[in-house]
Amino acid sequence: MNTAIPDPGLLADIAARREQVAAALRHVLPSSAILSAPEDTRPYECDGLAAYRQLPMIVVLPDSEAQIVAVLGVCRELNVPIVPRGAGTGLSGGAMPIADGVVLSTARLNRIVRMDAYSRTAVVQPGVRNLAISEAAAQHRLYYAPDPSSQIACTIGGNVAENSGGVHCLKYGLTVHNVLRVRMVTIDGAVVELGGEALDAPGLDLLSVFIGSEGMLGIVTEVTVKLVPKPATARVIMASFDQVVAGCEAVAALIAAGIIPAGLEMMDQTSSRMVEPFVRAGYDTNAAAILLCEADGTAEEVEEEIARMSAVLQTAGASAIAVSQSEAERLKFWSGRKNAFPAAGRISPDYYCMDGTIPRKRLGEVLTGIAQMETRYGLRCANVFHAGDGNLHPLILFNANIPDEFERAEAFGAEILALCVAVGGTITGEHGVGIEKIDSMCVQFAPSELAAFFSVKRAFDPAGLLNPDKAIPTLNRCAEFGKMRVSGGALPFAHLPRF
Amino acid sequence: MTEPLKDSSTDIAAQFGARIRAATAAGKPLRLRGGGTKDWYGQELDGDVLDTRTYSGIVSYEPTELVITARCGTPLAEIEALLARHNQMLAFEPPRFGAESTIGGVVASALSGPRRASAGAVRDFVLGAVLMDGRGEGLRFGGQVMKNVAGYDVSRLLAGSLGTLGLILEVSLKVLPVPVGETSLRFDMSEIDALTRLNEWAGQPLPISASCWHRGVLTLRLSGAEAAVIAARQRLGGEALDDGVAFWTSLRDQSHDHFGGGALWRLSVPPAASAIILRGEQLIEWGGAQRWLKVDDCDAGQAAGIRSAVAAAGGHATLFRGGDKRLGVFHPLAPAVAKIHERLKQSFDPAGIFNPGRMY
Repeated sequence: MNTAIPDPGLLADIAARREQVAAALRHVLPSSAILSAPEDTRPYECDGLAAYRQLPMIVVLPDSEAQIVAVLGVCRELNVPIVPRGAGTGLSGGAMPIADGVVLSTARLNRIVRMDAYSRTAVVQPGVRNLAISEAAAQHRLYYAPDPSSQIACTIGGNVAENSGGVHCLKYGLTVHNVLRVRMVTIDGAVVELGGEALDAPGLDLLSVFIGSEGMLGIVTEVTVKLVPKPATARVIMASFDQVVAGCEAVAALIAAGIIPAGLEMMDQTSSRMVEPFVRAGYDTNAAAILLCEADGTAEEVEEEIARMSAVLQTAGASAIAVSQSEAERLKFWSGRKNAFPAAGRISPDYYCMDGTIPRKRLGEVLTGIAQMETRYGLRCANVFHAGDGNLHPLILFNANIPDEFERAEAFGAEILALCVAVGGTITGEHGVGIEKIDSMCVQFAPSELAAFFSVKRAFDPAGLLNPDKAIPTLNRCAEFGKMRVSGGALPFAHLPRF
Repeated sequence: MTEPLKDSSTDIAAQFGARIRAATAAGKPLRLRGGGTKDWYGQELDGDVLDTRTYSGIVSYEPTELVITARCGTPLAEIEALLARHNQMLAFEPPRFGAESTIGGVVASALSGPRRASAGAVRDFVLGAVLMDGRGEGLRFGGQVMKNVAGYDVSRLLAGSLGTLGLILEVSLKVLPVPVGETSLRFDMSEIDALTRLNEWAGQPLPISASCWHRGVLTLRLSGAEAAVIAARQRLGGEALDDGVAFWTSLRDQSHDHFGGGALWRLSVPPAASAIILRGEQLIEWGGAQRWLKVDDCDAGQAAGIRSAVAAAGGHATLFRGGDKRLGVFHPLAPAVAKIHERLKQSFDPAGIFNPGRMY
């Protein structure tokens, strides 16, 4: 656990500081919106990356933009760092508090301001849950496309911070492709509109640099999202392959045939054997790889695409192919993939989830590399793969109670990320850098590039008070590596699917 | 798949770097220029020309990865020809205002064509870029993969930066397969009816990939799976347009009659905005989101009238081509946004040498 060991002197300093900051905050917020007692702030000490914990000095729960402006004014005045927080489901510690900082929760900004079927837009406050938008839009046969696996709990503010994706992003895009406008408050207290309901805005495209900025550039107060028509129907193909590389080649063949599947996911044998006893999805556990390939659209379109995809997969050497015959069966085929993380927690006391992205054609090489690492580190690794977009989630299984397994798992993970960068990929496809991968940023970026990131931050946040020390490492940090660690197989929000 | 180029590119990039460093040291402006097919676009041209066309070539293309990486001076035509051989395309349908158009200019100007409303804009397809900043340093942002959240997304910020942040040396773009089926339809329809129908249709699962309303005629393009195109065509009715390809190309490249003569304003508004009554003639694209206003001449009072009408509709207006640039080409920025612009410019281009005044 990376929980800070409190130093008595520091604690006394923080207590005095807490009193000072809380007193100033009480002038601008009702007392019900300020939490400062440790028993009240404890729930905020970590996000989905539970291995990293820090009790915040104060938590504020503003319920309006005006209150956010006022809170930022107090923090600016007193030079207090601010960590914004949505639902706290993030997997990279982006919302981990700072000992002498304020956590700004958007939980009370949870209203859908406007839902307009004619313009296909929804204006929502940052604390609105991702799925709540689609649920509210469903009466108009519309939905919000990005569907991160934590969508029943995660908020749109958090999605903007992380540029969240989902299993359908090859076809439907990421948050950056589906958000039209963000209204936010800068540390200077200015209310700024980025983007708009037109398809572009004058000047530099600040919206695209803001999305995915991990809460470091401004506090989101309102978001306009694009809604798209709900596909009439969807079906999924489950194909087995005798070799992982053959599965990968089949994916390449699908793309080469001009097909963009709505979803395209692959699991290796370790993963399918791990999930099958757990969910009974009907996976072929003798196959080296299982590919799930989804088509959506009108009934005619889906039928045509399923036929084309099946033919390509046959030619590519699939040893078995099954097509979902009902919505229930489609969900069953998906259930194994969606339960890969909980299944890992079931068969292993602990696991690390990595989140690299690689050019797909290098998958065989990367999996071979990972297999060699398994031998070298004496640990098993199950691989699930967003095959359409090259996002690989190796799950390193270990037991923290066995001496040095944790250290071996950490080193194993670091080596996987370094391999992802070496083959032309990235250390994080969708979970964000946060605190977890901040040191691996040094592997991917040169000092001049890290300096450029800092200057982008300063352009928005000259005071450097918004979520400082996350995502972008200073050069003297560039030595250690950290990973997502799950203890006892229990993730926070264990009921949420993770993939 | 293409092999990485083995040529003098490193030397050329080094020369660019030396030239940029010298310009920064002397505080002398540089005008970054590819084929010069969009010299008429933007506020001002200032500085010695740095011609990017020597830095040319497709660095890598992986049809099955849906990614192409090219140097800034690579002709757009070369890229599109290569993609076409693999039945793929730049889905944002960049305009070709001349054969000399380069990919660097395509990204720097971020102008998208008829498919924009359905497929996305230039920025939606930028996966990574190498930027040479005012210190002459090559900075690599993003990458060649679809999903990448390491660091701020500076590469997308470069789309539409008009060379004001630095020299885009190299860019990686997502590409898409060419749709299997495509057909174009025509309907006689008033402006108000066309806007209403376009917004209603956009809320239904229809494969509309482009739209144009002009002089009482609405033209639609349907693209996608054969079955989807046929079903939509039956449902929508209308009259088939024989030479759809030529029509959409004339819109993309602005060789269509509407784009000749006078001052051309680009009105970028929410697609659901109702008809905007202004003197002059309008051609409406992107399901209502892009409206081209042609006026014979335009004085300051009229320009202000256009801007305020468009702002009231929730959009912004650009004096796109022709007219008096002293009226201001781009829509004025909100003060807080302008401040962020200045700071970003300052951090990438501390001496202010790159395309000064081209944007604001």
